[in-house]
Amino acid sequence: MSAVFDILLQASFWAAAVRIASPLIFATMGELICERAGVLNLGIEGIMVIGAFAGWMATYQGAGLWGGVAVAMAAGMLFGLLHAVLVVPFGLSQHVVGLGITLLATSTSYFAYRLILPEVTSPPRIEPFGTLPLPYLADIPLLGPALFAQTALTYAAFGVAAVVALVLYRTPLGLALRAVGENPAAVAAQGLSVTGLRMGAVIVGSGLMAVGGAFLTLSAFSSFFFEMVNGRGWICIALVVFGAWKPGKAVLGALLFAAFDALQVRLQQTPLGALVPYQVFLMLPYVLSILALIAMSRRAEVPAALMVPFMKGER
Amino acid sequence: MRLEPIANPGLARRLGFPALALALTVVVASGLALLAGAEPFATIGLIVQGAAGSKFAALETLNRATPLIFTGLAVAVAFRARLWNIGAEAQLYGGAIVTVLLGTGAIGLPQPLLLALMALAAMLAGALILLGPVVLKTRLGVDEVVTTLLINFIMLLAVSYLLEGPLKDPAGMGWPKSAALIAEARLPRIATGLRLHWGFALALLAAGAVWLIETRTSLGYEMRAVGLNPQAARFAGIAVGAVLVKTALMSGGLAALAGFSEVAGLKGHLSLDLSPGFGYTGIIVAMLALLHPLAVVPSALFVAAVFVGSDSMSRAAGVPTYIADMLLALALLFMVLALLLARVRVVRG
Repeated sequence: MSAVFDILLQASFWAAAVRIASPLIFATMGELICERAGVLNLGIEGIMVIGAFAGWMATYQGAGLWGGVAVAMAAGMLFGLLHAVLVVPFGLSQHVVGLGITLLATSTSYFAYRLILPEVTSPPRIEPFGTLPLPYLADIPLLGPALFAQTALTYAAFGVAAVVALVLYRTPLGLALRAVGENPAAVAAQGLSVTGLRMGAVIVGSGLMAVGGAFLTLSAFSSFFFEMVNGRGWICIALVVFGAWKPGKAVLGALLFAAFDALQVRLQQTPLGALVPYQVFLMLPYVLSILALIAMSRRAEVPAALMVPFMKGER
Repeated sequence: MRLEPIANPGLARRLGFPALALALTVVVASGLALLAGAEPFATIGLIVQGAAGSKFAALETLNRATPLIFTGLAVAVAFRARLWNIGAEAQLYGGAIVTVLLGTGAIGLPQPLLLALMALAAMLAGALILLGPVVLKTRLGVDEVVTTLLINFIMLLAVSYLLEGPLKDPAGMGWPKSAALIAEARLPRIATGLRLHWGFALALLAAGAVWLIETRTSLGYEMRAVGLNPQAARFAGIAVGAVLVKTALMSGGLAALAGFSEVAGLKGHLSLDLSPGFGYTGIIVAMLALLHPLAVVPSALFVAAVFVGSDSMSRAAGVPTYIADMLLALALLFMVLALLLARVRVVRG
């Protein structure tokens, strides 16, 4: 137990937790927007892969780090558009299409990688986002390094979460989006386009997922590896449920989850790590996600029209 | 735009759109070949040749199709009852682990008995792996898509642990793989000199059995009823939860047979690369087969041919082998859209 307390008192642990949470926050916000509008987006895992790849490749080709983020977002929005067209106006199975999008986006990334770098055995590295300590704030003990000595992309993740919360709860657009996930017929009766709102939500949400993927290559690992997303997309879907479809709670969930992840990495270095196989530590994030789903199952406030296609003239 | 159901779609419409979907996939394949600097017709020719151009190629395709028939059936059975089992990969590895546990000398039995015991135990393991998510779904309403997906990752880590620990082959030169199965635990080849094992025959048998269950038993009727409309099924007196549990046991067991057949028939041992995503590919196989158990067989052969053919083409023409996954994903998306357009009309307004 004392090993755990030692870790909890390290500033580097909290800094790592916030860092690990950042890509999850981007992607969880993206999925949350889709689901609040009534569309499940199982393309998330693949869209994170294409974001990680496209952002890294664009930066490697000289687009700059922010250029990479923009390219990643555009790539994500493109796959989001495909998902949106198939499941919104055509009303196709959101499960099947989503999994198809994940497969397509993942294989497109791998295909393009091999096409552009046919002979490469280890992927080239890029110069990632550096830490940007905020003056004075970064000097606060414990909290400073964790919250105010991060990369620009981490600050952006929290900014995006704030904007999502603001738009959802404080603007007419947010009201329309939430309504379209609860009672699309009522929205249509108001003269608003259910199709347009839902497609827009899926496209923008997918763009955010891709930026979450790009965080991995542009801010965390500075290179692209196969299988680097490693189920993070599925974990974000669990985080949306855990956060009861509310942006603030979802961010807290991502931070809590990331803290556990940072903890398990550090526990592997302690005497406990010598006793327990490392695979058990690596399982924890996935086990934790399942436990979170179970814990929230009774209280979850699922958007009423989630996964229900809306067809004009039908009731 | 609005979708308008067509009362009696003609044969041209019902076949035309799916054919168009496949044609579009071929067009995209040509485009990707051009991108990679290869000649489109030659590339597609090389894929076909690599999948079926020789006896060796054809047998390779049949071998690759074997696990895909099992996972395709597993997905088809589950999806038909609208049970979203995305965890065939984990169930496959569950079956493979049990196969290794029983087949490396722990039990001495005559070959037919030992193989039957291994297959049944593997199915039980796969069924139990899916039982958890299904009970969570029926009792607590926990979405099974996410839980089955997450269990895939947990299972792979468990296999990794077993292969570095308790199941590690002492003579494996440090490679994380299990000891080899004993001779009695190996599925024999269908004919001597033919590189095809009895797992393929078992897969065909499984497809027939699933078809019989779905069309000739009351369980099959209930599974379809639950898939079409759970509320109506409940109203008609069907115990929806119990039907879902039975479906899960069948689906998990079928996926586990893929692991059994790969270990006992093809590889002879367990390693972390046993399945290059057979569980996920099973979803494509099942969807292209329209969830029909007998159609899963040709669908699996088609998907296996694309993989085997692309591997061979990639070596010859230099187009990255990931073209296979891209084409299959596109075929899936085009096909679900084509099947919709075969029965509805798009109208303005």
